[in-house]
Amino acid sequence: MSRWQRRRLINALAASVVVLCAAVAVAVLLIILGHVAIQGLPSLNVAFFTERPLPPGEVGGGVAPAILGTLEMLAVAATIGIPVGVATAIYLSEYGRGNLARAVSFTIDLIAGLPSIVIGVFVWAWLVRNVVGQYNGLAGGVALAIIMVPILTRTVEETLRIVPDPLREASLALGIPRWKTILRVVLPTAQAGVITGVVLSLARAGGETAPLLLTALGNQFFNLDLLQPTAALPIQIYNYARSPYADWQAKAWGGALVLITLIGVLSALTRWAIARRTRVV
Amino acid sequence: MAAGAHAALTPALSPTAREFGSGANRGDRVFEGVVSLVAACVPLLLLGIIVLLLLDALPALVRFGGTFLTQTSWDPVKEEFGAAAYIYGTVVTSLIALLLAAPVGVGCALFIAEYSPLWLRAPVSFLIELLAAIPSIIYGLWGFFILAPIMRGAVEPLLKNSLGNVPVLGALFSGPAVGRDLLVAGVVLSIMILPTITAVSREILRAVPDTQREGMLALGATKWETIRKAVVPYARSGIVGAAILGLARALGETMAVTMVIGNSSTQIRPSLFTPGYTMASAIANQFTEADKEIYFSAIVSVALVLLAVAAVMNIAARLLVWRVARGPGAM
Repeated sequence: MSRWQRRRLINALAASVVVLCAAVAVAVLLIILGHVAIQGLPSLNVAFFTERPLPPGEVGGGVAPAILGTLEMLAVAATIGIPVGVATAIYLSEYGRGNLARAVSFTIDLIAGLPSIVIGVFVWAWLVRNVVGQYNGLAGGVALAIIMVPILTRTVEETLRIVPDPLREASLALGIPRWKTILRVVLPTAQAGVITGVVLSLARAGGETAPLLLTALGNQFFNLDLLQPTAALPIQIYNYARSPYADWQAKAWGGALVLITLIGVLSALTRWAIARRTRVV
Repeated sequence: MAAGAHAALTPALSPTAREFGSGANRGDRVFEGVVSLVAACVPLLLLGIIVLLLLDALPALVRFGGTFLTQTSWDPVKEEFGAAAYIYGTVVTSLIALLLAAPVGVGCALFIAEYSPLWLRAPVSFLIELLAAIPSIIYGLWGFFILAPIMRGAVEPLLKNSLGNVPVLGALFSGPAVGRDLLVAGVVLSIMILPTITAVSREILRAVPDTQREGMLALGATKWETIRKAVVPYARSGIVGAAILGLARALGETMAVTMVIGNSSTQIRPSLFTPGYTMASAIANQFTEADKEIYFSAIVSVALVLLAVAAVMNIAARLLVWRVARGPGAM
């Protein structure tokens, strides 16, 4: 084999290895999604979405309190996380300079890298033990908000940064104050990025389990009081999966399918929103 | 993760229009004050996390000192606590994950950045990023019901029969195959960190200037030679950064690991077929069981160690990624 042939052979081999890597990654994704769909579908019925869990041994019931609880806590997380995340992004992109900006930017990265269980321990020590005195949904929502903020801030900040300066200058030249320029010109222009950030961070928070185990704890009953232990879909999946009952294990797969569908729908909605509303970005 | 990776590559913006009109009227001062105040809460939050954990960890840290990191005995009855076995479990599972995911992840990034036809680029990127969107608990469920039986029934016996008798290496694959052990946890983790490594490496490869490639190709190099000799060396520290970011994600993963690692042994054995604990899974499993102050304090100490390790890894990774993103001057 000539030198040139050998080089070509190695080139072709390398290319096929690279293609194989991508194929393996995509295949793993499809296998996991396939398993969730196949195992989860049979346990989905009306009762699954409307009834509360039954005691072990009784077949039937559903995970409605868990779905409700997840929505409750996501609402709390969004109420806290969206204003904080967007304001921090505005600060970093429009004002941030000097030591405070550097500290904020640095700590955003560090908080993004914190294991979620550590955030759970922190919120337990702060809200569950010191403020409320028992496991509660509010603490769960706060933990999820802490997980949301870095993702939201980074996404919004990046979009704000690519809003062209002439837009700001045009607005300021008309005598519009800076704060109004930011809220009425810059932020609407970056709308797609803000929506993406909100949905991305909500999707991420909605699937979190570990911090909720230490804060919301879970609940088998319907509960609208956020100062009581609150159910959540990921916790319900965890508890059902570990149980020895076939019916509960099947419901764990059903819950997983609902959770994945929820996250998938959220992501699809974002893409749709971006496609429709994209102006500059 | 993808968002974070992107942020690392965003260059600092030059102050131009953003400086205009500041402080012009009261509305501006109020608005700037409010957003600055909110932003200032972020460092305060991190400080709060560290202080609160430190306060709760203090009793155990004072009582056990350095032995907390070196002792394997974790005995709530005798009130002896050492986290060495948890640290060992974390390190081993994360390293297995890195060993499996780093080559495949970099391969995926190379495919997307260098090999893929244009029309395939976005779909493949999207699908691999979907792996990052799947919640940890679903990886746990899948690992628990689907992967664990396969590992126990096929993969682990195969490893044992083929490598079990090799000196030194064989010790890793000894003992009964249980399917709930360090190896299975490592495999699940490798899937979970794959999108992180791919996304960051892909951005890094994109930051390599085309002149690098063109120069090499013009000399008559094949595509692979170009990648190996001109692209990868330029991107090397960034790719290492990507791997460390993946490692950092693996260290802190809780639910998926908790479901497949077995949560039993607190001994350090060489075999990867040992059911064990990681730091994160130990916290998740024992947090609500801690009935004594010193027991609880020991668990919070584990959380504190985890926080410190995650912080160090993230800082190191970001420094490496920045170096590439900033361009050749920083090499």
